[in-house]
Amino acid sequence: MKITGAQVIIECLKEQGVDTVFGYPGGTILPFYDAMIDSSLRHILTVHEQGAAHAADGYARASGRVGVCIATSGPGATNLITGLAAAFMDSIPVVAITGQVPTSMIGRDTFQEIDITGMTMAITKHNFIVKDVTKLAETIRYAFRIARSGRPGPVLVDIPRDVQTGQVDFEPAKSIEKYSWAVGQEVLKRISSAVQAIEGAKKPVIIVGGGAITAKADKEILTLAEKLQAPVVSTLMGLGAFKASHPLFLGLTGMHGLKVANNAVWEADVLIAVGSRFGDRLTGDREKYIEDKTVIHIDIDPAEIDKNVAAHIGLTGDLKIIVELLNQQLSQKTPDAWWAMIRKWQQEERGDSEGDALSPQWIFRHIAEQTKGKDYIFVTDVGQHQMWAAQYLSLETPRSWITSGGLGAMGFGLPAALGAQFAMPDKKVIHVAGDGGFKMTGAELYTIAVNKLPIVSLIINNNGLGMIRQLQHVFFDKHYTSCTLPDMNFVTFAAAFGVHAVSVGSPEEFAKEFKRALFSNQPEVIVLNISNEELVTPMANPGGAINAYIDM
Amino acid sequence: MKHVLSILVHNQPGVLVRVAGMFSRRGFNIHSLAVGTTYDTECSRITVVVCGDDGILDQVIKQLEKLVEVVAIQILPQDSAVRRGMAMIKISAGDKRGEVLKLADVFRASVVDVSEHTVTFEITGDEDKINAFAEVLAPYGIMELVRTGLVGLARGDNTIHQYERRNFHEQIVL
Repeated sequence: MKITGAQVIIECLKEQGVDTVFGYPGGTILPFYDAMIDSSLRHILTVHEQGAAHAADGYARASGRVGVCIATSGPGATNLITGLAAAFMDSIPVVAITGQVPTSMIGRDTFQEIDITGMTMAITKHNFIVKDVTKLAETIRYAFRIARSGRPGPVLVDIPRDVQTGQVDFEPAKSIEKYSWAVGQEVLKRISSAVQAIEGAKKPVIIVGGGAITAKADKEILTLAEKLQAPVVSTLMGLGAFKASHPLFLGLTGMHGLKVANNAVWEADVLIAVGSRFGDRLTGDREKYIEDKTVIHIDIDPAEIDKNVAAHIGLTGDLKIIVELLNQQLSQKTPDAWWAMIRKWQQEERGDSEGDALSPQWIFRHIAEQTKGKDYIFVTDVGQHQMWAAQYLSLETPRSWITSGGLGAMGFGLPAALGAQFAMPDKKVIHVAGDGGFKMTGAELYTIAVNKLPIVSLIINNNGLGMIRQLQHVFFDKHYTSCTLPDMNFVTFAAAFGVHAVSVGSPEEFAKEFKRALFSNQPEVIVLNISNEELVTPMANPGGAINAYIDM
Repeated sequence: MKHVLSILVHNQPGVLVRVAGMFSRRGFNIHSLAVGTTYDTECSRITVVVCGDDGILDQVIKQLEKLVEVVAIQILPQDSAVRRGMAMIKISAGDKRGEVLKLADVFRASVVDVSEHTVTFEITGDEDKINAFAEVLAPYGIMELVRTGLVGLARGDNTIHQYERRNFHEQIVL
């Protein structure tokens, strides 16, 4: 039986287990929208295509499934770009389907024609333009396979309008092929040398990165840590992969990492990195970072080994399997002198004062206490609040922490939160943003309101771009510019969408409103007014040693 | 240091941009690039000369392996591969034409065009040979010069097909 290309897309999406897509219509994608009316696919209409891309990304991060976003050609497609780049930088599986002008019109600067495959080449794992309807099904299936396998990433499929309307015989996929990874001799040999290095370690440290979450290797890493009695630190992307309440967990490491975590990395003689790409915000000076230590780098992407830091032992492949193999060969250790050193740093760090004012430290500690042990998903935007959240929240499970790490895209939070809520309807989503980032994509409150999503949005309002101010404070001799934002009434902004919002200025007010919001079954916005002089500490000098902190 | 890499790729639209884009995006330097079809209509072969140390070469190869269309990658070292480029050089010959033709003979360059005031040579060889010939001709006045990127094949039984892993990105990278 012949069906249209648009119907092929829908059949293929269903084959892949897709139930929800995020998108925005336009001329060249209308055949797809027309076909979608009669399908079981749920389409979430966002306010802007960037919102659709971030939502698909948030959906994928929360669930581990592939997120799907849809846009038309030209501006629709270009609006996806920041969203796709955010997913690319953090290795998140997303499939973007874009309309394109009819094949006969391509290359003529037709209305709303943009070479989107050319534009997204650098920010997708792969992309396609389908010019022949008979190739459509196989291309979409291939796109999903590329997006979700190995080191995941976004894939874009550009489909001209006439391919969507073309008729073709459709054959359902036989079965979804699954490639399983098997350990090769080379890796086995290196695992032995890794075991040897770890057995000889006096001050081992385990770094967990985002790859640990993708690989579902959290249990294996827990076993590894407990076996070695080694401290565990986390990259921004790895938070949640290791229980924050576990006594072996030291917290966030990197430029704004906790001192205890950074000191431990600095002092370590053997570093075991699981699913981290040693990004610059993690390492600072790449050479100093690995001085006098043995680096064991475990990653699924061979190109990550030796890309940023030179690993002594590189183990490429499925993290879950590799860590399990390490566990089998390692012997049980008991806590030793290394921990005396770490506990001393921990003592030193705990001196933070708590005043009457609504300070970021108080806010995030309070949120951590109120949410401890419960199944929340935290979604952040980008900036100071993101770092405070990463430092103070107590993240216990994989996929409970959603943040734009690599790209650091302001405006990510709100649309990603709505995507996460659609993926996980039974979990409470708490979205945290700064006032600057909230303004960027705040109109997605409309999507949240229309769909009655019970998301709690916390706007950490310092009337400015706090991280910009902090950088100017440190590196531009307190020469502040473009970082102060004249007052905006976020409560009436939210009200315009029919969303309930309150503004708080004291710890008591916040405690009360937060408690109420957590049990609300409608969208809630709480604006937390804080001082604009707050700084994220500690701060290691970017490009310097990670235990060389800037004195602010 | 220069390395010659031979890359077998699937003939898909944009594959050259994808390969070249990877180099520019990651800051690798391409000294020369040659692309052509092979006897297999599904595949093209790209020969790239990359500048960099062994660490850079290692990264280049790993990043290339991640590209979905890349089928095989082979290093063509100087001592175990034949590597050739071609150049055409047009000079204003004038009254020294005889002299120039004798020089060309030494280099086994052939004359592909002659006019009243010009001679155009074609020369094939490794980079050094072409450079040497151009240097020798320089005093006579080179009007223009064009050269291809290097192409090459490994010596003996060694072929790029032994590095072929049609789905290797699916097992390793994907």
